[in-house]
Amino acid sequence: MATQVQLPLPVLPDGWAGTNNFKASGTLSAPNQRNLEPVGPHFLAHARRKRHKRTFSEDDRIQAQENVKKVEDDDAGEISEPEDPVMLQRDAKDWKNQDHYAVLGLSKYRYRATEDQIKRAHRKKVLRHHPDKKAAAGSDEGDSFFKCIQKATEVLSDPVKRRQFDSVDEAADVEPPSKKQTQKGNFYKLWGPVFRAEGRFSKAQPVPQLGNDKATKEDVEKFYDFWYNFDSWRSFEYQDEDVPDDTESRDQRRHIEKKNMNARKKKKTEDTARLRGLVDQALDLDERIKKFKKEAHAEKNKKRFEKEAAEKKAKEDAQKAKEEEAKLTKEKEESEKADRAAGKKAKEAAKNAAKKNKRVVRAAVKDGNYFYSGGDAPASQIEHALNDADSLITKLDPDELAALTAKLNGKTDGGEITKIFKEESERLVSAGKAQAGEFKSLA
Amino acid sequence: MSGEEEVPPRVAIGISFGNSNSSIAYTTGEGKAEVIANEEGDRQIPSILSYVEGEEFQGTQAKSQLVRNSANTVAYFRDFLGQDFKSIDPTPCHQSAHPKEHETTIAFSIRDSESETPSTVTVSEITTRHLRRLKTSASDFLGKPVTAAVITVPTNCTDAQKEALKIAAAAADLEVLQFINEPTAAVLAYDARPESELSDKITVVADLGGTRSDVAVIASRGGMYSILATAHDYNLGGSQLDQVLMDHFAKEFLKKNKSAGDPRENDRSLAKLKLESEAVKKALSLGASANFSVESLAGGIDYTATVNRSRYELLANKVFASFTRLITGVVEKAGLDVLDIDEIVCSGGTSHTPKIANNLRAAFPESITIYAPATNTSSLNPSELAARGAAIQASLIQEFEKEDVEQSTHPMVTVTPHLRNAIGVLLISGDESKGKFKTILEAETPVPVRRTVHVTTPREGGDVLVKLCEGLREIKVTKPEPKPKAEKADEDDEDDDDDDDEDEETREKVWKVSKPLAEAAVKGVKKGGKIEVQVNVSADLEVVVIAREVGGKNEGVRGVLSKPDVVENGKA
Repeated sequence: MATQVQLPLPVLPDGWAGTNNFKASGTLSAPNQRNLEPVGPHFLAHARRKRHKRTFSEDDRIQAQENVKKVEDDDAGEISEPEDPVMLQRDAKDWKNQDHYAVLGLSKYRYRATEDQIKRAHRKKVLRHHPDKKAAAGSDEGDSFFKCIQKATEVLSDPVKRRQFDSVDEAADVEPPSKKQTQKGNFYKLWGPVFRAEGRFSKAQPVPQLGNDKATKEDVEKFYDFWYNFDSWRSFEYQDEDVPDDTESRDQRRHIEKKNMNARKKKKTEDTARLRGLVDQALDLDERIKKFKKEAHAEKNKKRFEKEAAEKKAKEDAQKAKEEEAKLTKEKEESEKADRAAGKKAKEAAKNAAKKNKRVVRAAVKDGNYFYSGGDAPASQIEHALNDADSLITKLDPDELAALTAKLNGKTDGGEITKIFKEESERLVSAGKAQAGEFKSLA
Repeated sequence: MSGEEEVPPRVAIGISFGNSNSSIAYTTGEGKAEVIANEEGDRQIPSILSYVEGEEFQGTQAKSQLVRNSANTVAYFRDFLGQDFKSIDPTPCHQSAHPKEHETTIAFSIRDSESETPSTVTVSEITTRHLRRLKTSASDFLGKPVTAAVITVPTNCTDAQKEALKIAAAAADLEVLQFINEPTAAVLAYDARPESELSDKITVVADLGGTRSDVAVIASRGGMYSILATAHDYNLGGSQLDQVLMDHFAKEFLKKNKSAGDPRENDRSLAKLKLESEAVKKALSLGASANFSVESLAGGIDYTATVNRSRYELLANKVFASFTRLITGVVEKAGLDVLDIDEIVCSGGTSHTPKIANNLRAAFPESITIYAPATNTSSLNPSELAARGAAIQASLIQEFEKEDVEQSTHPMVTVTPHLRNAIGVLLISGDESKGKFKTILEAETPVPVRRTVHVTTPREGGDVLVKLCEGLREIKVTKPEPKPKAEKADEDDEDDDDDDDEDEETREKVWKVSKPLAEAAVKGVKKGGKIEVQVNVSADLEVVVIAREVGGKNEGVRGVLSKPDVVENGKA
């Protein structure tokens, strides 16, 4: 990109001298520091040089190398597939049955081939199989394969026709693995490609992937939701029976058109059913679904167990408390009973003692000659004395009675007995339990 | 489709986000930038958002809401982004939602939902919504989701504003690859045309917008751009021209309908007047006359009028003159002469106005190319320049890693020494006073740089001298011959135009050698041979000169000029 200058350079003056034909006579003026605008391809080149500290020539070389590499990559890419000799013999008339991708050498790309790849592949194939070239080489193969190439390009470069072909492109299908195969393991490895291949028919892109056993429940559910609501663009026009052109009878044509229509519908329905079956099968085999179910179940059960355990515990606690209470009551009852029995015994003993004491006291009265001093006591005195002794006994509590009995024990002398009774009656009077003069016989 | 979890490739567009209008552009497979029309078919999308009962309108639809629903319509908000309330000029928003101070930022109080109570929406949020709409339009058009953008900003946009814009864009799921200056984007849009050639030139970019005008002088050297000077006028723009028309029509209306009030005193009438005046202005940029027609302008009276272009140009003469002044002023500011300018690029919607370009044509020498629709048929649509430039830049860097972009735009890379003086060779004669200076490297060329020229030799060949010099540009003013006295007497009768013509001096650009740098001798050149002179200037101003015969066998002369000792002084 050198600029051309039309005016001539001056002639070298005589006597000019310089080392190596060069003479430096000055340096540049000081520069202005300015900000470059960071835009445009030239700036980017400048930035590249500055950042990598390259000189112009180095940068040129590196860039050139990179460019060369790119071209090679482009060429090496797709279209290096070997051509099947059988395919080369194909008749172009039978284009419906030809594998267009294979013809263009794109069979490993198939529905993934980009428009650009198809264009380039076409060009490359044309360069190789052009009939003029063949003729120049002296072979007599004719141009049938060239026509195949043209047909393949015609179909693949038209998006509508390409979809029709892709719809029935069996070579791109991946057969679902059998149940047995899947059960050996490798579910994800075996089924992933199946869904990837089926996904090409989806109107909604991108298609969720099968994932692996670490996928979350949400992802898995999304995946199956997607596949159960699959919206497919797959259609079956490509397999239509040829409609005869209009020179033949119209009825015949209409009949075939109708037939084709029905066939398409039928195939579409079958395809939908097939896909559904496929997804069902995958869902059935998917370990993750089982795992999630188990987890959900475990979760539910856990709650139930917890609840039941709590209930059980509460029940047990109640039972225990009840038993404890019962035990306590029983003990209490028993102790009360024992107490009562003991009390009764003591009471009886006391009663017996009191009876005995009373008997002693009464006997003492009789021994003391009914508090009558001298001779046999008259009947009135006896009656009075006995009444007084009885009333005295009633007024005494068992202890006093016992004490009195102890005093009277062994005493046979009437005076002494009378004296004891008198003291006792006086004590009662002074204690306020009896009135003075109440005991007439002792007075 | 593929199984691997790969990061989808970035889809980048160029966005020109203006105060009045925004536009979006993408680059086609062939590297051509195209502006995308939104759903309504607009390539210039008014930067206006309007809310009616919770429904959001953007662009032209929102603009028409300015009449009936001005309180819930947000317009002219770009310049508020990243600013604080004290430093903004709310004048343009007089007829739309008014900006309010909200915490540290600026917000609008609008009813953007179905509820009756207005909610406070920050300017950042408004920007996000606007950008989201732009992004949606672009995604719909391209058929794939847009993820990144190059956005143009005015040259005086602060880092804080850029940061605010970046945040707003991020909220709209848009990665800002780079901010580029509007004038540079405009130059890039022109330079990226396939027919344009790479040349050293100085361009004045006049970005005449709706509410403000920015002018920049850009030196383009080998495809690299450096801004030499800028000027901004916040009160000059399309709205000024609208105002002229509004005043005109309002007066005419009052003349005819004395009883009706002044339409400028009623908000709704004013809005109608403004909208229609703007439409008239646009129509006058294309046609020679335009109809003004508003139903029920004021007091229920319909008003229709016609205005022709010359009348309009007369009315707006003052405003047009200030545009010219602004542009000539910035050339002076850059320390340049009008003769140094190689082209003027008119950008922004107001540049459609023919009179502005014609005025520039008159004010600048004939040799300058003025890229405006009125003066140059090959010019691009001035409203689209910034967006196109941004789209081109986006296509250049969309493959880059984020880090790469950051590094490339780092001052370490962008700050570069620029040659103070031009470097060239002397032709015809080795004598400095007689020789003709031919520039190889213009002044303001960023270094390092490498440039090659081919120079012819004297017809007979032989030994030649390559003399390298620094050159200074000088303006040579040639005064016309003094006029004869007789003519002077007639002067009064003559038209002013003639008078100007005669008085005008001839000015031309000449080169003066300021400092010889080096000499090299190429010996034994063939008859009719050519000499290739290559000048390599390194970043520290070391010069390597290689002179050799084109196609010659011998290696030629290679010489090195040592770097100057006082490089540091240049930083001042």
